[in-house]
Amino acid sequence: MAAKNSVMVFVQQDDGQVAEVSVELISKARDLADQLKTDVTAVLIGSTIGKVAESLIPYGVNRLYTVEHKGLEHYTPIPYAKVLTHIVRKVSPQIVLYGATTTGRDLAPRIASALRVGLTADCTDLRIGEYESKGKSYENVLYQIRPAFGGNIIATIVSPERKPQMATVREGVMKMSDPDPGFKGEIIAESVELEPQDFPSEIVERVKEEKLVNLKGAQVIVAGGVGVGSKENFQLIHQLAHTLGAEVGASRAAVDAGFVSKDHQVGQTGTTVRPRLYIACGISGSVQHRAGMDESARIIAINTDPEAPIFQIANYGIVGDLKEVIPRFIKAFKAKA
Amino acid sequence: MGLNLIVLVKQVPDTGNVTGNAMKEDGTVNRGALPAIFNPEDLHALEAALTIKESVPGSTVHVLTMGPPTAVQVLKDSLYRGADYVALISDRRFAAADTLATSYALKCAIEKIGDYDMVLCGRQAIDGDTAQVGPQTAEKLGINQITCVSEIVELDAQNRTVVARRSIEGGYEKIRTSLPVLLTITDEGFTPRPPSAIRMMTYKNATTAMSGGDYDETYLTGGSELKAENAIGLWDSNAIGADPEHCGLTGSPTKVKSIELVVLKSEDIRMIENSDEAIGDMVHELVAAHTLG
Repeated sequence: MAAKNSVMVFVQQDDGQVAEVSVELISKARDLADQLKTDVTAVLIGSTIGKVAESLIPYGVNRLYTVEHKGLEHYTPIPYAKVLTHIVRKVSPQIVLYGATTTGRDLAPRIASALRVGLTADCTDLRIGEYESKGKSYENVLYQIRPAFGGNIIATIVSPERKPQMATVREGVMKMSDPDPGFKGEIIAESVELEPQDFPSEIVERVKEEKLVNLKGAQVIVAGGVGVGSKENFQLIHQLAHTLGAEVGASRAAVDAGFVSKDHQVGQTGTTVRPRLYIACGISGSVQHRAGMDESARIIAINTDPEAPIFQIANYGIVGDLKEVIPRFIKAFKAKA
Repeated sequence: MGLNLIVLVKQVPDTGNVTGNAMKEDGTVNRGALPAIFNPEDLHALEAALTIKESVPGSTVHVLTMGPPTAVQVLKDSLYRGADYVALISDRRFAAADTLATSYALKCAIEKIGDYDMVLCGRQAIDGDTAQVGPQTAEKLGINQITCVSEIVELDAQNRTVVARRSIEGGYEKIRTSLPVLLTITDEGFTPRPPSAIRMMTYKNATTAMSGGDYDETYLTGGSELKAENAIGLWDSNAIGADPEHCGLTGSPTKVKSIELVVLKSEDIRMIENSDEAIGDMVHELVAAHTLG
């Protein structure tokens, strides 16, 4: 076993916190590496990262490369790309995975361009398989599976001829494995020459609010309307959203009724969204609301009124009381997970 | 001193209206089967460039698009809204390009223009949603990038620095850097202006300029004088000096192995019974289709 031909993960950290998606990817990389009979390698870049590095090994990392530099405390593209390109060239992995975060999606394309290799964005599944084309067949190819066309198709992408095969992977789609405290991995401190001109970006200000409503970026939205009935009942919407890892949305009527804050409002006067899945609960479906969500890839409508206009644009319709339907939904989702 | 601004735009199939014959058997897009529109975030990028042009006298806005001859429509639209120079990068050799091959061709075209201070493009296109072409083009040009930009906070043309606000998970960053830089623009800011009626009258019959196999510079006179004739540059792979090995399908390391149609946007709603079993089946189906999970 060697680092060459390994499955590599770019570990995203900020303020000493590793992004969850990076741990999910290490877990997935372990699966893929076992199938390919190779090692998992990972790269951790930052300013002081000692403790963080050790916490990653138990998820199945054979070799963790660390690069520490005071200018690398926060992500900026030029120095991070320089460091990572250097390590990828040196280690020669067969696969490199990144979280499809704003950082991963900023960084990975620069690496792909520098190395002239393929990159698939925003994968929701990764598998190993064969690929045949023009009389040539390739084994142990990474199937990079992703939605495209606004969620209307699922495409399987391969890049069989050039290594490494690279992908960014959506947050929350890979299952995080349980850490194995006995797992033996090596931490290797690497140094990469960085000059002042490698730091052209200055972060003037940085604001992160943990609880900010992010409807725009949400892949799944559970939204409630005035039909939810009360602020207490609206807890059902929060519960379903929490279970699905979704964001909470609302119609204007629900906001006006005081069920939830205006930050959650979807529609003409609120936020326009196009998630993979929009679950409309107790929302009648006014033109104004529909204007803000009718481009969702899929829509589930739950309403007691079978004549509600929301059913005209829904892919799935459930006529029933939210107090019955939502607990069933939660139970069904937990059973599959 | 004005700034030279280059905007990269794309004509995309309207993914809100996908039908069964949207994809060809080889897995590439059957553009003929879908209405084609100006990629929404690219309109915001164009608006950002036009706003900068207004604030820095003497600036020029170049718009480039790579695509089939029909993509000329987004260039006309750019002229209607105020672009000075537009060019279509079109060649059979560019067909079936992935993001790497696309960014290579765009880099060649940008270098053909030569002097530039800022390259702007939409964060991502709605057909692929990859958000890769911007950063890959920046890397090929050897310049810095700021992605997911919603606002230009400060632009100092004299000292050639810019501060832009970029969206990150649950917040934002303000980044200062020097020019030249590539910015990718989101739809959170820079609400696109409507086309100007006068410019529409002028450019509705705009023609492309291309002579012999070589690039024809005469299109450059079109923009400032509001002349439709030869207003649109037409550049093939020779005109931009692109190495065919790095273009189109040959230059694309990624291949589409297979595609699966998930949704036919339609009225065929499926009614799900309010029972454990029916709701369980629906959840299972959504998980299998990667919609949930």
